[in-house]
Amino acid sequence: MSDRRELIVKRVAAFFNEGDLVNLGIGMPTMVANYIPPEANVMLQSENGFIGIGPSPEPGTEDKDTVNAGGIPATIIPGGACFDSATSFALIRGGHVDATVLGALEVDEAGNLANWVVPGKLVPGMGGAMDLVTGAKKVIIAMEHTTKDGSPKILKKCTLPLTAVNAVDYIVTELGVMEVTSDGILLTEIAPGVTVEEIQSKTEAKLIISDNLKTM
Amino acid sequence: MNKVKDLEEITGYFRDNQSIMIGGFLCVGTPELLVDALVKKGVRDLTIIGNDTGYPDRGIGKLIVSGQTKKAIVSHIGTNKETGRLMNTGELEVDLVPQGTLAERIRSAGAGLGGFLTPTGVGTIVEEGKQTLTIDGKKYLLELPLKADIALLKAWKADKLGNLVYRRAARNFNPLMAFSAELVIVEAEEIVEVGELDQDEVVTPGTLVDIIVKA
Repeated sequence: MSDRRELIVKRVAAFFNEGDLVNLGIGMPTMVANYIPPEANVMLQSENGFIGIGPSPEPGTEDKDTVNAGGIPATIIPGGACFDSATSFALIRGGHVDATVLGALEVDEAGNLANWVVPGKLVPGMGGAMDLVTGAKKVIIAMEHTTKDGSPKILKKCTLPLTAVNAVDYIVTELGVMEVTSDGILLTEIAPGVTVEEIQSKTEAKLIISDNLKTM
Repeated sequence: MNKVKDLEEITGYFRDNQSIMIGGFLCVGTPELLVDALVKKGVRDLTIIGNDTGYPDRGIGKLIVSGQTKKAIVSHIGTNKETGRLMNTGELEVDLVPQGTLAERIRSAGAGLGGFLTPTGVGTIVEEGKQTLTIDGKKYLLELPLKADIALLKAWKADKLGNLVYRRAARNFNPLMAFSAELVIVEAEEIVEVGELDQDEVVTPGTLVDIIVKA
């Protein structure tokens, strides 16, 4: 994992409170699991139907019936629970999931999120993402700050079809930590060696700088 | 009444233009033998309802690649490139539904409900064409029930009355679909005598199941 990704997932892991039920999206968010301290007693939900995602199985010990929401072989820890898809999404929609971590194509200053479709190019479907960002108590976006060609992903207004309206609470990138507030995007932490000018230059939305800006 | 049948006996139930629900999540909990039987029968213009379109050589994916599917109602197609290709050429209609909404629409049909209100999809293209209601200041979409002619399910254990037990993440949509199709066919890894399953461990009551086939 690159240093910048490690910085992101480590920081995201620090968002959780003891005993939280958390749902991690596919890709970089999945890696957050490696940085959650065991003493936090955080339980991970897999929206295909269980609570209690454990470590990846050793090669040769995979179980055909136990996969994560990306279809990758998984394990279920003691104390876990299995259920059907309606129950899984009742947990999600009903506000029983304390936090969800997802990637994003675009986020805007109203907390709108676009992460499921690029018309004409990428149409994988929304899967459980719309339910997750609508229902989870805390929506944390873990992503690289800009696109591969350097274009901003944190915008004044999303241009892609939305996943949900006014749903994002926090954005964690390799440059900083931001909180979506009713006034706009508040920069609360900045990565070591990064200046406010640099992060603003890579962000289309106007950042509000916290009076208490900390190092990430 | 003998619900246990050979695979060959079930193909007589398949017809063109049927709507068919298929259990599974990325092929985990998908009745592959029943899907193969459907492919072999060659019926066409099917409406397939499931979580996703699987992989090109597995699960619902086989019914996409075979060209038998007219419409797919699913939450995700990203693991099967053929679905996207056929959608782009106009040969396949794909109705993408948020996963929780899909599960609840299926549950509603089987539970005798006329629909339900969900906040999922508000302000997105999922809202287009749907009735909305505002309750206690929060906006919801009215989503309608979804039923099918046939449900093809996968269970871990079935007793001969059709009481079903699932295993781990292979449960997913299967118990919901058991309620919402006219004809319910189950592929069970193990078929046991009546009385061998503890009543408390049964997830799907046997009364919902019409046919059991050994996996």
